[in-house]
Amino acid sequence: MSKHHVTTTINGEATEFLCETQQTLLDTLRDVLGLTGSKEGCASGDCGACSVIMDGKLVCSCLVLGVEAEGKAITTVEGIADGDHLHPVQQKFLEHAALQCGFCTPGFIVAAKALLDENPNPTETEARYWLAGNLCRCTGYDKIIRAVMDAAAEMRGETVR
Amino acid sequence: MPTLNYAAPSTVDEAVKLLAGASGLAKVLSGGTDLLVQLRSGRLKPELIVDTKHIPGTIGIREEAGGFVVGAATPGAVVEAHAGMNKAWPGVVEALDLIGSTQIQGRCSLAGNLCNASPAADSVPALYAAGAIAVVVGSKGRREVAVEQIPTAPGRTSLAKDEFILEFKFPPRPPHSGDAYLRFIPRTEMDIAVVGVGISVTLDAKGVCTAARVGLGAVAPTVLLLKEAADALVGHTLDEATLAKLDAAARGACKPINDKRGTIEYRTKVAGVLARRVAAIAFDRAMGKTQGKTH
Repeated sequence: MSKHHVTTTINGEATEFLCETQQTLLDTLRDVLGLTGSKEGCASGDCGACSVIMDGKLVCSCLVLGVEAEGKAITTVEGIADGDHLHPVQQKFLEHAALQCGFCTPGFIVAAKALLDENPNPTETEARYWLAGNLCRCTGYDKIIRAVMDAAAEMRGETVR
Repeated sequence: MPTLNYAAPSTVDEAVKLLAGASGLAKVLSGGTDLLVQLRSGRLKPELIVDTKHIPGTIGIREEAGGFVVGAATPGAVVEAHAGMNKAWPGVVEALDLIGSTQIQGRCSLAGNLCNASPAADSVPALYAAGAIAVVVGSKGRREVAVEQIPTAPGRTSLAKDEFILEFKFPPRPPHSGDAYLRFIPRTEMDIAVVGVGISVTLDAKGVCTAARVGLGAVAPTVLLLKEAADALVGHTLDEATLAKLDAAARGACKPINDKRGTIEYRTKVAGVLARRVAAIAFDRAMGKTQGKTH
């Protein structure tokens, strides 16, 4: 079978690519399209490092076939900032030092953005449960949660400290 | 490496023809949260993947004949956001919600969870308890199958090669009905059930049980539908004697294995304890004392 020709939208731009059936969306993002922000940690849907938003739903791109992207709208970590202007979640990750090695960070950024898109005012418990599918071996999570809660407050227009 | 083909048919007929015509293993793709892991690990080597999500009916929820019809591949997150399903079947919703992370919820489906046929599948005891009907389509047409007749062994189902589940029918809810699901895991999130119990009941106005179904997971090669445990509830309020009978029936049905998550003795004990707790939640919900999720 020849490769699949996939027409999709990635970070707002119409995109076409060729892929084989067994290539995951993560494989096609990284190896075909050169979008290497999404990371491969476990390749089994456990770590969340490959998180992307597909048609409004947070998913692990390692558990989506590339060919399934046909007709979908996909947001990767490369599409979170507005040009040179960082998304509040990204800015707060920097301010709170919510990363060390940084491998899990793209997945956390995408997952946190998806949370705040759906729930602009999460409790800390809600944020922790939402992010339970993103693993971090460096930070101990507290700084990540503080960054997300702070970003949420800022996006709601609340004065921060 | 042999070529792996993929098709995303837009009709049931087309999908059935593809499945029937495959010379090797053909797998149905819903959310892929189990299938892609199995492909990646090399545990499964299909020659064809049939993605059913473009077939009308496989995704979405509608009301029909006083009940709900849930498309087989509808993502967990969609079911959990549906007010009608939360009101009528909070136990099914909370069971489905326990599968994996937010990312998994964006893709995982009732049909995938049922047809993956893991004894520890979280949504399955709740589906059994609900008395859900699987609408199965294949070369010979369409048939309606009680969900408990689908899994036959770990990883195996009663579906023929050319069959797949199109949707699930949830029956109308009589007044004073409630359901609930609890699983035991050694942590709070992101683990596989040591034991899972789903119970659905209908009560009369005085709180006496008139109908019950009990599903028990992770203690046998398949999820079990426990007639004896259901019989222990029918005709009774949830008094201590009834709870003791339910507990004993749940323990009596266990045929667990020892593994890293729990011993035979432990799983058996927990099955009884969880059955008591789940029954209490289901009875409370049936009498309108609590609504919504337990977690």
